[in-house]
Amino acid sequence: MGRYTDNPQAIRDLVRETEVHRDVYTDPEIFDLEMKHLFANTWVHVGHASQVPNPGDYFTTTIGSQPVIMVRHTDNTVKVLYNKCPHKGTKIAIDGCGNAGKFFRCPYHAWSFKTDGSLLAIPLKKGYENTGFEGSHAAQGMAPVKHVKNYRDFVFAKMNDGGPDFETFFGDSLSSLDNMIDRSPVGKLEVAGGVLRYMHNCNWKMLVENQTDTCHPMVAHESSAGTAVNIWKSVENTGVKKPMAVEIFAPFMSPYEFYEGMGIRVWDNGHGHTGVNHSIHSDYSAIPGYFDQMVAAYGEERARKILGENRHNTVYFPNIMIKGPIQLLRIFRPLAANKTLVESYTYRLVGAPDLLLERTLMYNRLINAPTSVVGHDDLEMYERAQEGLAVDANVWVNLQRLYDPAEQGQPEAVSNGTTEWQMRNQFRAWAKYMTAAM
Amino acid sequence: MTQPSDADLIAFVVREARMLDEHRFEEWLTLFAEDGKYWMPLEWGQTDPVLTGSLMYEDPLLLRIRVERLKGNRTFSQKPKSRCHHVLQTPTVDSRDDAVGDYHLYTPFHYVETRQDEQTLYAGWARHHLVLRDGALRIKLKRVDLVNCDAAFGNIQLFM
Repeated sequence: MGRYTDNPQAIRDLVRETEVHRDVYTDPEIFDLEMKHLFANTWVHVGHASQVPNPGDYFTTTIGSQPVIMVRHTDNTVKVLYNKCPHKGTKIAIDGCGNAGKFFRCPYHAWSFKTDGSLLAIPLKKGYENTGFEGSHAAQGMAPVKHVKNYRDFVFAKMNDGGPDFETFFGDSLSSLDNMIDRSPVGKLEVAGGVLRYMHNCNWKMLVENQTDTCHPMVAHESSAGTAVNIWKSVENTGVKKPMAVEIFAPFMSPYEFYEGMGIRVWDNGHGHTGVNHSIHSDYSAIPGYFDQMVAAYGEERARKILGENRHNTVYFPNIMIKGPIQLLRIFRPLAANKTLVESYTYRLVGAPDLLLERTLMYNRLINAPTSVVGHDDLEMYERAQEGLAVDANVWVNLQRLYDPAEQGQPEAVSNGTTEWQMRNQFRAWAKYMTAAM
Repeated sequence: MTQPSDADLIAFVVREARMLDEHRFEEWLTLFAEDGKYWMPLEWGQTDPVLTGSLMYEDPLLLRIRVERLKGNRTFSQKPKSRCHHVLQTPTVDSRDDAVGDYHLYTPFHYVETRQDEQTLYAGWARHHLVLRDGALRIKLKRVDLVNCDAAFGNIQLFM
């Protein structure tokens, strides 16, 4: 036991109105408490139902530090089970995804479990007769994560019983997910194109904050996006059509006024998004045939409304970000106080032209890959921050830009696009859900 | 060059790796055909670079952006700069079509990239599709398959 365990006041004291203590990024005890409390008290994204289309299909992942399996049960519902045999603790599935058939079978002693986790059979079962086995933990089977919500194929789970239900936790922030899904003429997404996995030697929250940090692109990404703009200038008058890659890079170099005007919206419980009015995704070339498909599906007015939203990054607290106009989701997986795995998933808009998926995958490759010239400079900043936070001279990190004492307690608000309100919003939620069950 | 020998083709691949190790990136760019591509697949045995994700799938414009960026004063992830080192197995000429000037080579490699105190080893296979353009060999496609293409990586900043 250290300074913070069972000491909710000490945890709340780390989050001030306009600054947070560096321990939130660096302290291993805080990290362990995040795994135990924050990731158990909140609705955490698990996966997408298209990853498990048929009964028996499963996908292995984590909620915080907890290994889980998302599986399509025989009744066609999606279950989330802890990935552990109740016998000796062996992980039941380690191969990412597959089909279990009608049941999971532990590779160690062949105990088998239905796809809702309940114990199906044990070889040589007579060895447990008259041992009181029925009352054991093992007889309960693979433990399910109790609270699971499949929202339009996006699967979320909450490990603890306490705290708000799914709708209360996310509230109107679900409008961003809705917009991403509605961009399919049939209102359906499929995970497509593979997942980019990028290791970061920094705290996971730095990445979450960066999603609504609109004062860094023109600085940190000058070397990549700025170079792209300059090189394009040297060839653009030669009659060459502006390439998709340049359309993707160039808006990163927009001036401060652009980002101020884009606006930021915050919602209760730590959610928020940039790009209320416009975003770096607003001026992409039209994809031939797509608008007509949308009009046919939704009518012109609604189609224009769906495609008129150009939300930039929407943060769903605690640890994902989505880009509706690009059909992309990044999950920031906490591995240690100073280690984070970033996974970037992409989606096909079912029923829409392939060119949209091509653009989505190009965006992911150019911006989110370990080989990305944009990602390189972001990671450099995070890792420098992780190292710089060792300095004892000032142990506070500043989140003060456009702070207004009246912002406290507002469940939803729209503000200047360069505000750090969303970062403050995240930390208010962080303090709340870290200490909710202490 | 009207008809490169196998030795000429192999020398091309070896010389290309040396250019990268010696940071002669501008010169390296000139090795690519106008419609050339540098491709690092994300999936094992990947066949589609467009509707399946990749680590890199870059035309000469994107490669030029990378090379320019490496020289920049505000390229923070290159302060200090990375270095790299290739060890190639002797390239194999998999196929040659002298009638159209079209050649395929296969080169298993180990590649080390370093920056500051970090040194990372990668292993994979390079497949060069070379073409004759105006009498000179050019890269139509350099495909780099990492043995652990689907693993989680930190920054990979130079070229394999």
